[in-house]
Amino acid sequence: MVDPVSARPAGSRRRLSLPRPIAVAVGIVAQVGLTLLGLLLVTFLIGRVVPVDPVLAAVGDRAPQAVYERVRIELGLHLPLHEQFVVYVGKVVTGDFGESVLTARPVIEDIAHVFPATLELATIGVLIGILFGIPAGVVAAVHQGRWPDQLVRVFGLVGYSVPIFWLGLVGLLLFYAHWGLVAGPGRLDIFYEGLVEPVTGLIMVDALLAGEVEIFWNAVSHLLLPAGLLGYFSLAYISRMTRSFMIDQLRQEYVTTARVKGVAEWRVIWVHALRNIQVPLITVIALSYANLLEGSVLTETVFAWPGLGQYITNSLRKADMNAVLGGTVVVGTCFIALNMVSDLLYRLLDPRAR
Amino acid sequence: MTDSVQPVSTRSAVRDWLMTDTPRSRLQARCGRFYLGWLGLIRNPLAMVGLVIVLLLLAAAALAPWLTEYSPYAQDLRGRLQPPDAAHWMGTDELGRDILSRVLHGAQLTLYIVALVAVIAAPVGLLIGTVAGYLGGWVDAALMRLTDIFLAFPRLILALAFVSALGPGIENAVLAIALTAWPPYARISRAETITVRASDFIAAVRLQGASQGRIIARHIVPLCVSSVIIRVTLDMAGIILTAAGLGFLGLGAQPPLPEWGAMVSSGRQFLLDQWWVATMPGIAIFVVCLGFNLLGDGLRDLLDPKQGR
Repeated sequence: MVDPVSARPAGSRRRLSLPRPIAVAVGIVAQVGLTLLGLLLVTFLIGRVVPVDPVLAAVGDRAPQAVYERVRIELGLHLPLHEQFVVYVGKVVTGDFGESVLTARPVIEDIAHVFPATLELATIGVLIGILFGIPAGVVAAVHQGRWPDQLVRVFGLVGYSVPIFWLGLVGLLLFYAHWGLVAGPGRLDIFYEGLVEPVTGLIMVDALLAGEVEIFWNAVSHLLLPAGLLGYFSLAYISRMTRSFMIDQLRQEYVTTARVKGVAEWRVIWVHALRNIQVPLITVIALSYANLLEGSVLTETVFAWPGLGQYITNSLRKADMNAVLGGTVVVGTCFIALNMVSDLLYRLLDPRAR
Repeated sequence: MTDSVQPVSTRSAVRDWLMTDTPRSRLQARCGRFYLGWLGLIRNPLAMVGLVIVLLLLAAAALAPWLTEYSPYAQDLRGRLQPPDAAHWMGTDELGRDILSRVLHGAQLTLYIVALVAVIAAPVGLLIGTVAGYLGGWVDAALMRLTDIFLAFPRLILALAFVSALGPGIENAVLAIALTAWPPYARISRAETITVRASDFIAAVRLQGASQGRIIARHIVPLCVSSVIIRVTLDMAGIILTAAGLGFLGLGAQPPLPEWGAMVSSGRQFLLDQWWVATMPGIAIFVVCLGFNLLGDGLRDLLDPKQGR
């Protein structure tokens, strides 16, 4: 990336220029805008190559020719392709993804309804990943090459290798069916369903707001297995990255200095070195959060979790393209936004990248 | 005793030929480099485990019809959902088909998918990366922007949307995965290209009048191939998992094909009582992905010692 400040010719120093952090932010926002446009172009093209005729889907195949033509014009399908794309972008930006054939409601309302479930799952998942992944990575780096390191490495590689949907099924089989340690699929037991007023859509928060401790624990019991599963996957990534950042830090001279000064070893590792890997770690966490949002598609299918992933796959089976593409755009936007946040944080927080 | 002296001395002669500092032919130099890499690899036990698993997968795919007496499609409705025993080592599924046979034949499908994705995505990435890196300027900027855009896409979701538009099936699943798999290869080959672009031998070829296309195709691409191959090995597990995920959702290979993801999906409804139907193909996916990951990890350690132990 060209540095806008240093790339400026020496003679034009008095030209108007933005402060450095703002210039970086503008650059990143422009990049994200372009990426989002690319995403929309892809979903738009997918929507065009689908063999389903959207006009027929709307009017039915016994509608007279005049009605067919009118709807075709209403849907904007008589326009040239590039104009259709502009119309499409305009609609998506205002939150109009069309109507779901399956639920006969605007897709955006459906998504708003199911999104909190996915958010809850992915958030708890990434928290689990942070809680266990960072210490595991640090321990591996400190004992580089010895058995704790190998253990963390193999544990992480297993996480990279196991199909998430299969591990979910095995988890259900063991922890739910055989040992009864956790609750089964879904977000709540059936007799708790609908008892809590949905305020935020996050059942754990809603239950606490309503003072229903029993429902809260039931929700936790349902969440434990799928979130733990997602947490394992982010743990694999976070621990691996933590390890490699930490190894780099432990080679630095300030670490030697601190040790020579007689600073306790735990302090050298957990305070001095860890503080210096905070910035890259934040970007790693943001990335793994984005991956979890995506990875929840399969997990939600296995655990009958009524979130965005299940919404997309259910619509897929019914060829409900508006819903599929709307869901794709929303997940893609979150994914790209989290990428941007991680990039932005990295550039703003790390003095070397400034 | 005298017999055993002969092989040892030929072996050491081969070794000397491989390890020499002054190779007399390009072939010798290449073999020597390969041998050094091999020596590094066999010192890493985890990577060897990975290699053995990958070789087993290849063997299973090649020999599947001879390894089992059952056809992967032959139904036996009286012997359905049998637990694993001496006759059916992995049990039978809901149509009485032998699961072991289906898993072995599934190895062929898995290899087919992985190979097809690699054959499509790696050359595309290689081409885009080398052209961008060698030409530089606005071509580089435009191609890398495109790469960044594709890199920022959520892979599985996009593959889902693609397959939903094109219709389910192996070929479409492969196409969808390949479409989102090429950007890392483009990045890697661009980085490699930039490091060799300014070398003297490239300048020499250019002075001899070689065209840009010839320089890229004959002199730059061969230098980028090895790092791209390693990256492909590392990506294999991800490709297999994505393909299996699509199969699990019913969007990949269609029944009755013995695709592992689809087999897990069909075993799901019997999970609580007949655990083996869903579990066995899942174990196959897991072991194969672990093999590719271990091997890829070992290969990367070889090339980039800083990353490893």
